[in-house]
Amino acid sequence: MTTTLKPVDAVLVGFGWTGAIMGQQLCDAGLQVLALERGPWRDTPTDFATGFAQDELRYMWRHHLFQNVTYDTLTIRNTTSQQALPLRHLGAFLLGTGVGSGGVHWNGQIWRFLPSDFLTKSHNQQRYGKQAVTDYDLTVQDWGITYEELEPHYDQFDQLCGTSGRAGNLNGKIQPGGNPFEGPRSNEYPTPPMLQTYAPTLFGQAAARLGRHPFPHPTGNLSQPYVNPLGAQLGACTYCGFCEKFGCGNYSKASPQTTMLPYLMAKSNFTLKTECEVLRVELSPDRRRATGVTYVNSAGEEFFQPAELVILSAYVLQNVRLMLLSGIGKPYDPATGEGVVGKNYAYQTMSSVNVFFDDKILNPFIGAGALATVIDDFNGDNFDHAGLGFIGGAYIAGMVTGGRPIEMIYTPEGTPNWGLEWKHAAARNYLKSFSVSVHGSCMSHRGNYLDLDPTYRDVHGRPMLRMTFDFTANEHKMSDYVTDRAAEVARAMNPREIKLNRRIGSFNVGPYQTTHNTGGAIMGTNPSDSVVNKYLQSWDVPNVFSLGSGAFPQNAGYNPTGTVAALTYHAAREITTRYLKSPGPLVQA
Amino acid sequence: MSRRNEREKAPEGRAPSSEPTDHGRRRFLIGGVAAAAGAGGAAALGLHDGELGAPPETDRGSIPWTEGTADAPPGASGAGYVFFTPPEAAFIEAAVGRLIPNDAVGPGAVEAGVPFFLDRQLAGKYGRGDHYFLGGPWPKGTPEQGYQSRFSPAQLYRAATVAIEAYVGANFQGAAFGKLAPEDADNVLRGLESGAIVLDGGVDGKTFFAMLLQNTKEGYFSDPIYGGNRDMGAWKMIGFPGAHYDYKEWVPRHGEHVPFEPVGLKGRSGWTDGPP
Repeated sequence: MTTTLKPVDAVLVGFGWTGAIMGQQLCDAGLQVLALERGPWRDTPTDFATGFAQDELRYMWRHHLFQNVTYDTLTIRNTTSQQALPLRHLGAFLLGTGVGSGGVHWNGQIWRFLPSDFLTKSHNQQRYGKQAVTDYDLTVQDWGITYEELEPHYDQFDQLCGTSGRAGNLNGKIQPGGNPFEGPRSNEYPTPPMLQTYAPTLFGQAAARLGRHPFPHPTGNLSQPYVNPLGAQLGACTYCGFCEKFGCGNYSKASPQTTMLPYLMAKSNFTLKTECEVLRVELSPDRRRATGVTYVNSAGEEFFQPAELVILSAYVLQNVRLMLLSGIGKPYDPATGEGVVGKNYAYQTMSSVNVFFDDKILNPFIGAGALATVIDDFNGDNFDHAGLGFIGGAYIAGMVTGGRPIEMIYTPEGTPNWGLEWKHAAARNYLKSFSVSVHGSCMSHRGNYLDLDPTYRDVHGRPMLRMTFDFTANEHKMSDYVTDRAAEVARAMNPREIKLNRRIGSFNVGPYQTTHNTGGAIMGTNPSDSVVNKYLQSWDVPNVFSLGSGAFPQNAGYNPTGTVAALTYHAAREITTRYLKSPGPLVQA
Repeated sequence: MSRRNEREKAPEGRAPSSEPTDHGRRRFLIGGVAAAAGAGGAAALGLHDGELGAPPETDRGSIPWTEGTADAPPGASGAGYVFFTPPEAAFIEAAVGRLIPNDAVGPGAVEAGVPFFLDRQLAGKYGRGDHYFLGGPWPKGTPEQGYQSRFSPAQLYRAATVAIEAYVGANFQGAAFGKLAPEDADNVLRGLESGAIVLDGGVDGKTFFAMLLQNTKEGYFSDPIYGGNRDMGAWKMIGFPGAHYDYKEWVPRHGEHVPFEPVGLKGRSGWTDGPP
């Protein structure tokens, strides 16, 4: 039996970064807002206090803060010719759950995409010709929004987090010490960059000798105490080295917990329900309006929650799945190229170069989630791609997030994985090695998409999401090219030796790569090739908004959270200033 | 500051278990953890994130923090094996002793307590397949599709031990793995690692080897509260200071040796009466 509850103005499905930002904006506009989170409540002193947060086994390897795939997972395959099988244990990506979700255990890497990243199709076509954007069956699109439109909202997120960094482009003027390739910023970062440890410093010096443009990674691991516009106070990072995959016990990593919840939870028009999983969005008979959501709590009781606005603020994979389960929008068909929901799923193309010294103690355990010196010379369209045979790029980071020994022991080329030789290599190299990471874009491709699995079901009996994904030749060529550039910097550091870890072969669900899943609910200028408009509003059901990286038509060579947050602020501004006055489509199809 | 959340009367109050409840998962006093952890080590101390039965809550008006509670780690305790049978223990001790042998550079896996760590892990939630999806059907899949066994980790260890001993017996004149010469044992392990050795009993030797090696390194390098990394010997070997909280003063001191003795979540032997 389903119990019908009292209506609310807006229901948020999922309560991580996007849910918290949208919740705050809608509550400030006076709406009665209910957030439904399928995971538990989490707070700093209870769930990741400094007394026990530095526990590699529990958090990284036993997935203590991650989505429990026992109850819900997805199926994965590389191509449509294969049978998709369940992801039985998290590996390549580490999905979040609970209040704050991935915002709790992220690195805190806060990037803006390049102005040209929002014009992937038109920009590359103009500069390199039509085939540059259609080779390899690429299905790249423009976003339907520009960097200039998003800039104020990128800035809002920086102010919220207190982002530590150094501007490279202030209102069009290139600044020394920052990223000269970035789009113009309206403001300097709220706090100065983190101090760099030895390895990132050596990386920056070597890169500068090669004529590259090193700068400190922009970070939500704060360099100094900060009070944000909501009155939330963050502390200075202690470089403990247990950051990404862990919660921060020190209130120095920007998260919904540290930046928003003290403000939002105090509001009388905001309500949070945890352990409550939305099963589907309910639609009116003509399927043009959402009437609310049906959810089930952990006791197995089912409720219908009527709402004027339904905000899908879960992770990309859940948002897309809920649309498919609820019949919002036309599912994408890779055979015909028709339909849009699930289209253009993309990821991130990762590789690395390990660097080994004999004469330098690097102390890798002194780290933070975004502690790095970076060069952006080979990202996006910051370099001439003529004759290279690919579009896109990657940033190269001399990065030390920690020295957690189960995960982060580097051994030289040819070292076995076990036995005395492995042990001796671990003992010899641990303090004197680190990894340069190559964080690459991932273009969208006709055969990469999300739909519902025909075989496997979750605990509620609903079809699992099915992911069909592989890296294309474009991604392999890009990654090889930029990995070679990373190796040049690594060699210029004059180490004893280096080891290249190229992006080889098909996408593999096992080894950790990154939790930057994108697409499937993509944004655009018209309903024929996108799921949502530039305000993340469903073309088909205008009182449904789908937040998050699902909106990316393809993925740029940067970490997504800054752009996810900026798009959310942008959508919230339009909802509160225009939609509430006159509910309906914000863009005419 | 620590006042409990003001909980509104939930509109769905008709349904008893959807009433606003006492906050969330059961929480445990930090001081109570060691006492609560029985011989089962990682035995369930409370409701885990995502586990069915964690009560739904409704929060409004403030942060629902509850004083004096923390989601402290479960740890391992007791002595002797509770999961491994004697033949399994003999296989595990011999195998992990080859994966990480003992010498003057640093402890071997046996000396670091890895078999005890594995026993407590397999006896507990990890062994039962917590954070694994084990539902069917179970086609073999491609290498890129990762773990596709029907077995939980504990079941896989159990089945693999039998299958490997059967292989060793058939190929080494009835010997048990633990009696093999080191080079023969290494060859068997390499055959499992590469997939060259095909096991009976529906066990994928390559999958098991990958799990055993991963779990062995976990036991070797994880915090000593889980029963491995005895005396933090593996951390001392590589120079990892452990669960330190603040390195700020060391950030600009490039290339200097950090002279910290390792510390675990429960301190170190110099701080307490006995080894942590």
